[in-house]
Amino acid sequence: MGQGRGMLWQWFAVAVPYAWLLVFFLAPFVIILKISLADPVIAQPPFTPFIDDQNNLAVTLENFRFLLSDRLYLLTYLNSVMMAGVATLLCLLLGFPMAYGIARSSPVQRNLLLLLVVLPFWISFLLRVYAWMGLLNNHGVINNVLMWLGVIDQPIQILYTNIAIYIGLVYSYLPFMILPLYASLERLDLDLLDAAQDLGATPRQAFWDVTWPLARPGVIAGCLLVFIPATGEYVIPFLLGGPESLMIGRVLFDEFFVNKDWPLASAVAIILLLLIVVPIVLLQRFQSAEDDGART
Amino acid sequence: MNNKRSPFIFSVLAFGYAFLYIPLVSVIVYSFNDSRLATVWGGFSTRWYGELLRNDQVLDAALLSLRIAVTTATFATILGTMLGLVLARFGNFRGRTLLTGMITSPLVMPEVITGLSLLLLFVSLHGLFGWPATRGFSTITIAHITFAMAYVTVIVRSRLAAMDQSLEEAAMDLGCRPLRVVFDITIPLIAPAMISGWLLAFTLSLDDLVISSFVSGPGASTLPMLIFSKVRLGVTPDINALASIIILLVSLGVVAAWLVSRRMQKSLPSN
Repeated sequence: MGQGRGMLWQWFAVAVPYAWLLVFFLAPFVIILKISLADPVIAQPPFTPFIDDQNNLAVTLENFRFLLSDRLYLLTYLNSVMMAGVATLLCLLLGFPMAYGIARSSPVQRNLLLLLVVLPFWISFLLRVYAWMGLLNNHGVINNVLMWLGVIDQPIQILYTNIAIYIGLVYSYLPFMILPLYASLERLDLDLLDAAQDLGATPRQAFWDVTWPLARPGVIAGCLLVFIPATGEYVIPFLLGGPESLMIGRVLFDEFFVNKDWPLASAVAIILLLLIVVPIVLLQRFQSAEDDGART
Repeated sequence: MNNKRSPFIFSVLAFGYAFLYIPLVSVIVYSFNDSRLATVWGGFSTRWYGELLRNDQVLDAALLSLRIAVTTATFATILGTMLGLVLARFGNFRGRTLLTGMITSPLVMPEVITGLSLLLLFVSLHGLFGWPATRGFSTITIAHITFAMAYVTVIVRSRLAAMDQSLEEAAMDLGCRPLRVVFDITIPLIAPAMISGWLLAFTLSLDDLVISSFVSGPGASTLPMLIFSKVRLGVTPDINALASIIILLVSLGVVAAWLVSRRMQKSLPSN
């Protein structure tokens, strides 16, 4: 591109957003790491300074030692990863046939069906989770319908259980699964399937040998887009889960707002970050590979 | 062509869409419930809508949320469009990997981490420079711009990647300066993507609860924060009314945008 003035605005276009992200996205992680190495004190701000009065570096690994030796925290991390994993799998099981059905519809229907997938995403996440509180309640719609049908004689407890958390997670993150799946299934050439069947493949063989490999980029992207944020989810376990529901996002929130232990909350965040850093790097690798593919 | 849907696919689609829409419909139905016990039907009434409109707390919070969302969307669109251009058109440069990382990560980063880390940044900045003196509008807006611009970047960048570069190249060959090419050719072409980006940033900002809760100070309560403080103990009828209004407004907006974009696509010659 151009010289002189051209270079200046290019430099500007890179530098301004870059600086913004360095200050407001990257720097906070350095600070969180720093505070996770401090001791909590009753003061403003409520943690010991990085460098003490004698100009010595005052760092402690006490928070991490505590977290890694406390069974409840370990269990919570494990449980968060497990629940996010199960929710991801459920999203895939529901989302794959849906994306497949949408991709196989006529263009007019397809547009409408996609719109209906995207629409809930534009409506407040909090209100959509709240809507489930009304449905799952002991006197809510689902219990009333089941009792009216005679399936059950008395309300079953769904709200404030792990089942409610799973429902909330699948409900909230389903569009993130369907859209990338649809994008890869839409590109699938139907002639390939016909060819496979003409050559004597059973529908099942055709699925695993033709559809699945072609859909895999969508599957990977969808699973990562669901799994990573679901691991640290706060609102869903808080509103739909019971008081003893073990999700790390909720523990972090309470550690910070209820116990006011900033250093421990920071350490909780750092370990959560370490748990999801591998999937995040995978997602990024994967997306830049997709972009390179799209460019050529 | 095999255009028929199998009964299995059809039932999954039916189940999936019922799953997505039954909660929304049930909230709207119950918002017209006269009973104070939000889960027991007590006859048709619109009284919760009346109470909602007389509730100053709700109106103040809604106004604050709208102000934050408009500011966020505007700045996020400017910064995100710049980044989209940089990533799609500038080729390789030093620090590109870090930049793409800082764009991808906010999209999936659990909100508790983003919120906590930004609050700690603001507290540290306050300790060092005395800024921000209070937490509220400005800190929430900065936090929202940071994650919303990542979404705008993705939208603008994918639009640019799918776009033919020949117009830009032709203008350049005819001696147009690069900056004029951007403003006279590229930006008009990506305007639809910028509008989608603005709307998405606006919605994300309006919706955000967790990050706002962290970076807000005493006294500044956005609409989601107010709703959350009301519903944390259970279903309440006035929130049903508020939710119904939001669901209807957003649905109308999304469907209208969809119809407009479809008409625009039809009027354009397809390539």
